[in-house]
Amino acid sequence: MWRCRRGGGCPQGRHCRVCMTNCPTLIVMVGLPARGKTYISKKLTRYLNWIGVPTKEFNVGQYRRDLVKKYKSFEFFLPDNEEGLKIRKRCALAALNDVRQYLSEENGHVAVFDATNTTRERRETIYKFGEENGYKTFFVESVCVDPEVIAANIVQVKLGSPDYVDCSNDEATEDFMKRIECYKNSYETLDETLDKDLSYIKIMDVGRSYLVNRVMDHIQSRIVYYLMNIHVTPRSIYLCRHGESELNLKGRIGGDPGLSVRGKEFAKSLAQFINEQNIKDLKVWTSQMKRTIQTAEALGVPYEQWKVLNEIDAGVCEEMTYEEIQENYPLEFALRDQDKYRYRYPKGESYEDLVQRLEPVIMELERQENVLVICHQAVMRCLLAYFLDKPAEQLPYLKCPLHTVLKLTPVAYGCKVESIFLNVEAVNTHRDKPENVGVDRSREEALRTVPNHL
Amino acid sequence: MAAASRARELTQNPLQKTWEPYDNGLPAGHSAQRGVCMTNCPTLIVMVGLPARGKTYISKKLTRYLNWIGVPTKEFNVGQYRRDLVKKYKSFEFFLPDNEEGLKIRKRCALAALNDVRQYLSEENGHVAVFDATNTTRERRETIYKFGEENGYKTFFVESVCVDPEVIAANIVQVKLGSPDYVDCSNDEATEDFMKRIECYKNSYETLDETLDKDLSYIKIMDVGRSYLVNRVMDHIQSRIVYYLMNIHVTPRSIYLCRHGESELNLKGRIGGDPGLSVRGKEFAKSLAQFINEQNIKDLKVWTSQMKRTIQTAEALGVPYEQWKVLNEIDAGVCEEMTYEEIQENYPLEFALRDQDKYRYRYPKGESYEDLVQRLEPVIMELERQENVLVICHQAVMRCLLAYFLDKPAEQLPYLKCPLHTVLKLTPVAYGCKVESIFLNVEAVNTHRDKPENVDISRPPEDALVTVPAHQ
Repeated sequence: MWRCRRGGGCPQGRHCRVCMTNCPTLIVMVGLPARGKTYISKKLTRYLNWIGVPTKEFNVGQYRRDLVKKYKSFEFFLPDNEEGLKIRKRCALAALNDVRQYLSEENGHVAVFDATNTTRERRETIYKFGEENGYKTFFVESVCVDPEVIAANIVQVKLGSPDYVDCSNDEATEDFMKRIECYKNSYETLDETLDKDLSYIKIMDVGRSYLVNRVMDHIQSRIVYYLMNIHVTPRSIYLCRHGESELNLKGRIGGDPGLSVRGKEFAKSLAQFINEQNIKDLKVWTSQMKRTIQTAEALGVPYEQWKVLNEIDAGVCEEMTYEEIQENYPLEFALRDQDKYRYRYPKGESYEDLVQRLEPVIMELERQENVLVICHQAVMRCLLAYFLDKPAEQLPYLKCPLHTVLKLTPVAYGCKVESIFLNVEAVNTHRDKPENVGVDRSREEALRTVPNHL
Repeated sequence: MAAASRARELTQNPLQKTWEPYDNGLPAGHSAQRGVCMTNCPTLIVMVGLPARGKTYISKKLTRYLNWIGVPTKEFNVGQYRRDLVKKYKSFEFFLPDNEEGLKIRKRCALAALNDVRQYLSEENGHVAVFDATNTTRERRETIYKFGEENGYKTFFVESVCVDPEVIAANIVQVKLGSPDYVDCSNDEATEDFMKRIECYKNSYETLDETLDKDLSYIKIMDVGRSYLVNRVMDHIQSRIVYYLMNIHVTPRSIYLCRHGESELNLKGRIGGDPGLSVRGKEFAKSLAQFINEQNIKDLKVWTSQMKRTIQTAEALGVPYEQWKVLNEIDAGVCEEMTYEEIQENYPLEFALRDQDKYRYRYPKGESYEDLVQRLEPVIMELERQENVLVICHQAVMRCLLAYFLDKPAEQLPYLKCPLHTVLKLTPVAYGCKVESIFLNVEAVNTHRDKPENVDISRPPEDALVTVPAHQ
């Protein structure tokens, strides 16, 4: 990347995309219990971190659990429980203090303040806190009256909560319903008139409709777009790589080769597997490289080709073996091991670039239901890191072996992963980070972790 | 759902370099290219709102955006149908709710427009039609919705609600005073008549209602984008439309587009690469700095690509700038850093294919203009959000951005003239964009290669190279 040596012209230094946040953003969740606030907080945080915006969530309920070791009953939340109110206010302030530390001292860009925040007075306090510290405040309210949705939320995420570890499901549900009641009388929803000067999105009925007010900047616009595309309909996402390719066999990276004999075997096995799974309305996506398309062809169903799903461009190293890269570009090879996420091949790309170009894929995956994505090693690592909330340091080393399907199913606040090896042997293409990443390392040290090949 | 008994052969399309399946030597259709196939069934967008609420502005802008990203879209302005039918507009009385003759004509126009919509979406491969009329009654919207259902279209309503008299007055000045309806009136006469025209609609206006219209898909835009109500977004294209509508604004501003200063490779007639500026290129950078200074632009943002030549150019401005990788020049793959003569020498077939369809042609291991547009979409979206911006980019990139602002179709895009050392200042006005071209008085090579007459793959080298501009 080109950087100005005198440093006068670009204070952002090595900035490689739109500066998304000039001043930090404080996202404030609003809503009764069991309306999906924590679900949204965690998902939004995961998304923002993945696209490169340092984000952290602050769950006030967690602060309460840390302070009040044992939860007794809904009575803690009664509006006239003085002791309870004191503790809850204390927790909110402790959380806000940590928010301030994260945004003002630890280079955080976005903080998600996850609590009910159901009164105008509480929101006023938080807004003032934001103003005092130079943060932009954006409210996210979830409004839902459908008893079935609320009951389902309780089953998904409340019954297993530490608060109810010693209760039966019925006891927990009964107590939780009373807990919700404690908030209802004082609940002041965001109002089109009274709150017309605030920036917010009001999500109604799990995304049937949205009210969006005063979006102030790029990051708020992206947040709104994301929130309007996510859904909670149960579904599964299947990720796999193309079948083994001719270049895989030779230990060569990149290129646009066709499938090897075993790769074609895998494609048939994949077809059989997909059939047996009996997936409703499965969409199939591939890249525009021959090996993923060949794999999809075996399924005998329509598929969509996405250029942005193409494998990472290794630039001058395309079609080389690791041995040849070490031979011809030992410095580059070492730099890559030093920071595999940010390292960009000469005339090629980095994992960081990949994430940027895969963002529309993630957005569309959020919109869709059952999807099978047939892609490539680096691409699959990026997508997997998004779903499993893996940080940048780990992303380029995630294990995505050939001939293995990962079935991802959203559950509670995260994602269940099932790994299914389809029983057709393939070379290993995973190269671990070697011990010695110094630019003066020996050839043997650099190549120690290279997997076997022809 | 049985799997295919044998895998079909894949061959690479020579123009776009995409892999397509063949069955017994014939192309088989089992795949779709993302970006083109965004819509399963056609979409009918229905504008809603009193006169002077920005419906036509939104219609035209949305149509321009969708076409640019590759979704065939056309707008149908019912007022235009009325002007074609009733040659001379007399007065607002045409729009009085009890004017039987007027009502009959207006209904006829709406139906004629809907008929053309049907032809466009069902017979001419259109993907999206924008039906631009007031559509202020629930009854009228019901009629259109039924029409959509009968024809298998998804209907999406876009309502613009505005009560701010200043905004409405400004709209009237911008786009109504110059309307063919008021060609023989003074500004005051026109304004007075138009205000009475708006009144004709007010009594029967039924805004989209959260309860009564809860099953419809729509976005309600309030106060020129201060807030939005979005209901039942059904699919990808509606989601993109909502995102776009929520990012556009009407605050006056200008967008400045220019290329990097002349580069060392430009001088040699070589394409691509990552060279630095030539002597004249550096001169240009200084002139650009002076020009920008003189323009006295409020809060100017400066964007560059991540290639040395645009960054060097920005450096001369002495202000902060942001580097976007997606603003990098088109990747010419195996032809990177070649002259056109060398391309003709080494890849005569590729060279001819490119001349046959320059928009869709993808360099081997490189990109096409079509690919460029896809990767530039976030730039366009952010340009819409921003106010004053200077974008220092590259020839092919600048052509794509310019085509968006000036509504140029794919066939013309790769041949738009974007010479070195020339700044294009784009200022939104009325329904379009005013362009000012400012040459900054530092000479540079010409890098524009026109489409030659002979694009046949069997053409002799002279025919291929006849339009190559001079170089060292």
